[in-house]
Amino acid sequence: MSRPSDHIDSAPAPSGDGISQPKLGFVGTLRWFWRQLTSMRTALFLLLLLAIAAVPGSLVPQRSSDPNGVTQYFADNPDLAPILDKIQAFDVYASAWFSSIYLLLFVSLIGCVIPRTKHHLQALRAKPPKTPARLARLAGFTTRSAPAGTDAATAVASARTLLKQGRYRVALFDGPKEFSASAERGYMRETGNLVFHSALVGLLVVVGFGSGFGFSGQRVLVEGQTFVNTLLAYDSFNPGRFFNDTELDPYTLTLDDFEVSYETANLEAFGQPVDFTAGVTVTPRGGDAKDGAVRVNDPLRTGGTSVYLLGNGYAPTITVKDPEGTVVFTDSVPFLPQDANLTSLGIVKVPDGLADQVGLVGFFYPTQDETTTGSYFSSFPDLEYPVLTLNVYAGDLGLDDGVPTSVYALDTDTMEPLATRTSDIKPLELKPGETQELPNGLGSVTFENASPDAAAGDYSDSVPRFASFDIHHDPTQGWVLLFAVLVLGGLLTSLFVPRRRLWVKAVEQADGSVRLEYAGLARGEDPGLESAVTALADRHAALLERSASVVKPVEPA
Amino acid sequence: MNLNELSILSLYSAMAVYALAFIAFAIDLAKRSSAVDSAERPAGAADEASVAGAVAAGSTTTLTRISARIANDAATPYGRSASLRVGVSLIVLAWGLHLVAAVLRGIAAERVPWANMYEFAMTGTLLIVTVFLIVLTRTDLRFLGTFVSGLVLILLGIGALQYYVEVAPLPPALQSVWLVIHVFVASLGTGFFALGFALSFVQLLQARREERVGTAKPGRLKFLQTLPSAFTLENLAYRVNIIGFILWTFTLMAGSIWAERAWGRYWGWDTKEVWTFIIWVIYAGYIHARATRGWRGSRSAWLAIIGFAAVMFNFGIVNVFFKGLHAYSGL
Repeated sequence: MSRPSDHIDSAPAPSGDGISQPKLGFVGTLRWFWRQLTSMRTALFLLLLLAIAAVPGSLVPQRSSDPNGVTQYFADNPDLAPILDKIQAFDVYASAWFSSIYLLLFVSLIGCVIPRTKHHLQALRAKPPKTPARLARLAGFTTRSAPAGTDAATAVASARTLLKQGRYRVALFDGPKEFSASAERGYMRETGNLVFHSALVGLLVVVGFGSGFGFSGQRVLVEGQTFVNTLLAYDSFNPGRFFNDTELDPYTLTLDDFEVSYETANLEAFGQPVDFTAGVTVTPRGGDAKDGAVRVNDPLRTGGTSVYLLGNGYAPTITVKDPEGTVVFTDSVPFLPQDANLTSLGIVKVPDGLADQVGLVGFFYPTQDETTTGSYFSSFPDLEYPVLTLNVYAGDLGLDDGVPTSVYALDTDTMEPLATRTSDIKPLELKPGETQELPNGLGSVTFENASPDAAAGDYSDSVPRFASFDIHHDPTQGWVLLFAVLVLGGLLTSLFVPRRRLWVKAVEQADGSVRLEYAGLARGEDPGLESAVTALADRHAALLERSASVVKPVEPA
Repeated sequence: MNLNELSILSLYSAMAVYALAFIAFAIDLAKRSSAVDSAERPAGAADEASVAGAVAAGSTTTLTRISARIANDAATPYGRSASLRVGVSLIVLAWGLHLVAAVLRGIAAERVPWANMYEFAMTGTLLIVTVFLIVLTRTDLRFLGTFVSGLVLILLGIGALQYYVEVAPLPPALQSVWLVIHVFVASLGTGFFALGFALSFVQLLQARREERVGTAKPGRLKFLQTLPSAFTLENLAYRVNIIGFILWTFTLMAGSIWAERAWGRYWGWDTKEVWTFIIWVIYAGYIHARATRGWRGSRSAWLAIIGFAAVMFNFGIVNVFFKGLHAYSGL
C-alpha cells in the first residue's frame, strides 16, 4: 500500500534505535520534509487547525458577508478593530493565515493522492496475491470437507465461479497436493477514496479561480421601470478578476408589478409576508418579450445570468414644483423599510429649480397609526392607510463638492431645518394624491396617487413598490456541482464498499478426501468480513453438493 | 382544543414518559453495578484478565456481527433486567407520543414541522430517538438509554420552554423544497452524531477502566464491566459517526444548492455555514484520526466528542446568538 507510513494499514517503520543515520543532505532533507508534509499526522493536524482557524470568522463580522457589521464593529470598538484588522480578522477566509492552512492541507493531500493513485492503477491490473500457506491465521478461518468424489481442482474451479459471481478478481494457484483460489474485491473502495480527495482538489480549484470569471450586480427597480443588462445600468457592480463587461448580454428586464400577500387569518402571524412575486418581462436582444417571475427561492435564469429577488419596499412618487407650478422634481423614490410593518425611510434631494437647495427626509407608513405619545408608526405592511411625512431642510445638499454621496442618506448638519418635529413648522403630512406648500414659499410638494381612479378609501394600489434584484453570473457553478457530486459519491463508495481478500484452498488428504479451507483478510474497515467467509463456505458447499449429486448417476452403481 | 394544542399536550406527555424511561435506565445502570459487585466476589480477577486478553487480541481479529460480539465481549456478562425492559418500553411509548406531537404540529402548520427552533428541537430529538431505536433492533445498545432519554429530555425542555413559537406560515425565504431536504438530513445526521458521541464517551470511560485492570485501583463506575469493550465501542461509534458524516456532507451540499437559489451564492461564509463547515472538518479529522497510527482509540474518540459538542453549539448557540442569514429561529 503506497500510503503514508503512519497510516494504520501500512507496516510500522523499523525503528532506527542504535543505528547512526547517515546525513540527509539537501535532497534528503527535502524528501524528509515532503514525507512529513504528506504524513497522516500532518494532514490530521492541518485539518484540526483548519477547523480552529475557521472559528474567528463566525465571531467577528466579515467584510465578505456582512460589510455593515464590520463598519459597526469599527464604530463600537475603535481601539480593538484596527488591531483585528491588521491580523485580517475581518477577512478571515481570504486571509494569509487561513489560506496557508488550507493550501498546505491540499498540498499534503495531493502529495498523498498521487502516489496512491499510481499504486492503485497498478493494483487494478495486478492479479490477486498468492494464497498464504497457513490460512488458519487469517480472519474467519473455516474448514469443510468436500463431498466424496470431488477432486481438489474441481472444487477450486467451482469456488472460482462463485467468487466471480460475487465480483471478485480471482487467481488460481495449483500445487501438487493443494489447489487454491485467491480472490480480491472492493477496488472501488480505494477508487472512491481517490475520487473523493481529487474532487476536493477540483472543488478548491474551481471555487478559487472560477469565481473570477463571473460578476454580481444590484439594481433597484420600481414597478414600471426597465433595466438593460449593461454595466451602467447597475446600481452597484462587482466583477470577478477575469470578467470583461463586454460579455454582458444586453437583455432588458421590466418590473411590471410586484405582488405581495400578507397573512391576515392567523392572528399569531398577522401581517407576516406569505409571498413576494416580482412579475417581469424579459426581452432578449433581438428576441421576443417573455413574461417571467422572480420569487424568493426561485430566481429567474436569463441571458447567462440569474436574477434574484433580495428586497422590496415602497417607492412613493413625489413631485416638487416651484412657486410658478413648474415641475422641478418628480420620481418614484425607493424608501428603505425600517421594520416588519414597512415603516420606510426615504430621501429626496432637489438641487436645482427652487430658491434654495432642498432636501426632504420622508417617512412612509403604509398603514399609519399613532402611539399614545403622538408619534407615528405603521401597524400593517400593506397599504391600508398610507401616510407620508416629510421633514424639509434647505441649504447646501453637498452635491457640488464632487464627493459621491448616497442617495439614501442626507447630511442635515449643515442645512437649515424648515419643517421638522422640533421646528415651528411641523413636518408635512400627505396622503396619496395630496399636495402641500413647502415652507418659506419655496414651492409645493405632491404625493402622487398611482391609481387616482380607485374608489375613495381604497389605497391598495396608491403607492408603487420597488424590488431590489441581485443579478449574478457564475460560469463555474456547474463544475462546482459536478465536483460536489463526485465528493459525495467517492465518500459513499470509500466508506461502504468493503475491500477484502478471500481464499479458498482445497487440500487432498491422505485418505483421498478433500479438505476445503476458507479465510479472508480485510483491507480497511470491513465489519462484514467473517460472515462473508462463512457465506462463501456455505454456498460453495451447496454448489459442490449439487454437482456431486448430478455426477453420481453417471457412476456405475 | 386545536391540533397545535394537542401537539403540545402530546409533547409534554412524551417528555414525562422520557423522564420515566430515564429513571428506569438509570436504575438498570445501578443494577449492573451491583451485579458486577456480586460477580466479582467469587471470580472477579479471572474475568478482568480475560478482558485484557480480549482487548489485546481485538486489534488483530476482525468483527463479524457486532451484535453477536457485544453479547460476549463484556467483562461481566449481564442478563436482561426488568428495569431495562421497562426502560425500552417506556422510550418506545415516549417516541410514539413524540411522533404524534411532531405530526400534529406539521398538520396544524400545514407544512413540515421543522421551520423554527421549537419545531427543529422537536423533530431533531425525535430523529435522535428514532435512530437509537432503529440501531437497537440490530445491536444491543440499550445501555445508552440513560444518555438518549436524558439528552432528548433536556433538549425538548429547552425547546418547549425557550424556543416555543405559535404556528406561523412559512416566510417566503423558507418556502422551498430544500427546507424539507436540507433540514431533515441535517437533523438525521445529528441523530447519528448524538449516538456516536454517546458511544465514544462510553468508550473513553471503558478504555480508562481497561487500563486500570490489573492495577490496584478499581474504577468507580462498576457498570462499565457489563458493557462492550472499548474496542467494540470504538468500532460501533465509528460506524455510526461515518453515517452521520455522510449525511452531514449531504446537508452541506443541499444547503449550498438552496443558498444559491435563495441568496444567489452557494457559499458565503455565513456564520451557520462556517459552523457547518467546522463540524464537517472535525469529523473528517475524526475519520483520518482512526486511520492514523497512534490516534486510533481514545484520541479519535475525543474528536467525535468535540464534533458533537460543535453540533450542539451550532444548533443552540449559533442559531440564536450569532448574527447571520440563517435567522429562522422564529424567536
